[in-house]
Amino acid sequence: MEQSRLQAGMSIDGFRLEERLHQGSMASLWRVVPADGGPPLVMKVPSLHQEDDPAAIVGFEVEQMILPTLSGIHVPRLVASGDFSKQPYLVMELVPGESLRPRFDRAPLPAEEVASIGARVAAALHDLHGQHVIHLDVKPSNIMFRSTGEVVLIDYGLARHDHLPDLLAEQFRIPMGTAPYMSPEQIRRTRSDPRSDLFALGVMLYHLLTDARPFGNPGSVRGLRRRLYRDPVPPRARNPDCPPWLQEVILRCLEVDPAQRYQTAAQVVFDLQHSDQVALTERSRRLRRDGIVKVMRRWMKTLATEGELANSVVGRLAKAPIVLVAIDVAQGSAGLDRGLRVAARRVFESEPGARLACVTVLRTSRLAVAAPPTVDAEGRNLRVTRLVELKHWARPLDIAPGRVTYHVLESADPARAIIEFATSNKVDQIVIGARGSSPLRRYLGSVSSQVVAEADCTVTVVKAPS
Amino acid sequence: MRMALLADVHANLEAFRACLEHAREQRVDRYAFLGDLVGYGADPAPVVEWVMHSVAQGSVAVLGNHDQAVALGPSASMTAEASQAVKWTRSQLAASQLAFLGALPMTVEQGSCLYVHANAWDPAGWEYLTSGQDVGRSLAATRCRQTFCGHVHRPALYHLSPAGTVSHFDPVAGTGIPLGSRRRWLVIAGSVGQPRDGLPAASYATFDDQGDVLTFFRVPYDTAEAARKVRAAGLPEALGRRLEAGV
Repeated sequence: MEQSRLQAGMSIDGFRLEERLHQGSMASLWRVVPADGGPPLVMKVPSLHQEDDPAAIVGFEVEQMILPTLSGIHVPRLVASGDFSKQPYLVMELVPGESLRPRFDRAPLPAEEVASIGARVAAALHDLHGQHVIHLDVKPSNIMFRSTGEVVLIDYGLARHDHLPDLLAEQFRIPMGTAPYMSPEQIRRTRSDPRSDLFALGVMLYHLLTDARPFGNPGSVRGLRRRLYRDPVPPRARNPDCPPWLQEVILRCLEVDPAQRYQTAAQVVFDLQHSDQVALTERSRRLRRDGIVKVMRRWMKTLATEGELANSVVGRLAKAPIVLVAIDVAQGSAGLDRGLRVAARRVFESEPGARLACVTVLRTSRLAVAAPPTVDAEGRNLRVTRLVELKHWARPLDIAPGRVTYHVLESADPARAIIEFATSNKVDQIVIGARGSSPLRRYLGSVSSQVVAEADCTVTVVKAPS
Repeated sequence: MRMALLADVHANLEAFRACLEHAREQRVDRYAFLGDLVGYGADPAPVVEWVMHSVAQGSVAVLGNHDQAVALGPSASMTAEASQAVKWTRSQLAASQLAFLGALPMTVEQGSCLYVHANAWDPAGWEYLTSGQDVGRSLAATRCRQTFCGHVHRPALYHLSPAGTVSHFDPVAGTGIPLGSRRRWLVIAGSVGQPRDGLPAASYATFDDQGDVLTFFRVPYDTAEAARKVRAAGLPEALGRRLEAGV
């Protein structure tokens, strides 16, 4: 039973133990190979010493419960699971390569690299949240990279599945997490808010960018509680190369009140992938921490505030969708433009956290050998013209700057460009116009029907009244 | 093997049929009837007939307080409505059906599973499980790892950790929950024929011993028809009305 008795060469349920990869206080990790052949895998075996923290065992139970419910490229594939009645273990795919941990030795990293890492971690978190799971222990050693670049989130020992009993919540009365990364609400023992993972993401990005931890590594609950009222030194004060937009993103992730953070990980992905479109607020300009009066006022407030009762994980995502409106500013009609605005408003206004991405495609020739023209017959820059037209289209919607962005894509295949944009930006819904039966449509084919057929998300097709 | 857990059918044939059909789609192998087949509803005879047949083929069935009252005559502690329904139900059942109800066991133990209508510490006392403390008392009274019961009319899942803490979980319909072997579990399947949690849809659960996975389900059925039959039978008006509101 005891893991200390585990030795290389032993076999458990048909898996041969080859090498101990890691020995932690909670569990040990072994590289194993199946007796019937196949690539090497990882076996995780919990520490079962009686004097050990029971959290190790309960954490393992939690992971055994949650891992089988997860799928996709951002989680390790589960191969086998051993019960407590014999030998508890989990066998998972071996994600080759390093965790995010070693990159911290190279900090401070350039802003572009920090943003790229952040966007990939946020994409993985969004996928996890969509599966009803909050990780609650996002930290460098729990982030692995596939050879294709995607992030794999490992270690679900502190995770929470919205539709399964939380075995950890009622048994332990202390905050659970890893001190530098723990969100304010976790410190208050709320374990049901997906935005906690965005706080931890903010801590990691801050550290990668500045080579310093925003809230240190406190060893007591009292020390942990400091982050409820003491704001971090702004990243730009530590690293003058930090662009204002990246400080905006990081400090927004680190807001004490989850309602002031990004509402979904998809929104973080979006901003990190479109740095020119980040709505800059006072956060981006800060160069020093708040004064003592402001901090004292916040400290007083922490004494009165209780954690809010959270929505379901997926319910929260639904409240903050990213809506893409595809507008054909070149070939559209006034009627269709109006129809698109009505439909966009309907989708957009029903959810207070929604964001609108206005997209148009600058069509390039499939057959062009030379570079496509970048200026029109009158010599105007086509991209700029389209951008001006997009903003003109959106003006009647009267949307606050932080909630709308504008994108001119260039492609010979408009439908493909729209679908790819939607996929890489975690768009929840596409609103697109249909041209009806025009000669142009017969010549070009229907963009909207291709988008309907091939997009992964909901698509609303708008038709102009004939 | 996958078991359907059906509690508190209460002679509601519409709800019963809807759950059986749903359970067939879930490829259930066997059934466990967790007590109170009758009382309140308008179709005691077809429900009891179906269960008698099913038990003959190996299904589990335990006695509920309403089944007992129908078999023996109403008890003094029953509400006026319940008592009236019991008398009417007696008049609807054949002698063989009454005998079947009267002969149902208080508890059934199979492997690591205990089936009982109300609680494990005094099955014949019909005390309700309304708190974690009650559940702890029930779990202490059995060596079985899983207890399946009804009686409360609201679906719920409780677990007892090795450290002795009882926790409550409000189940989400349709999500499989693995009942891990390190703790002990008490499952209240909710009520097929008279749900009381504000949702009129019938409540039942399945338990698959492959991985010990428990799944709760809510099955919508024709509540208007069930309520109409209750009224047509001359049973108290309130018994029909509550089906449509799920209270």
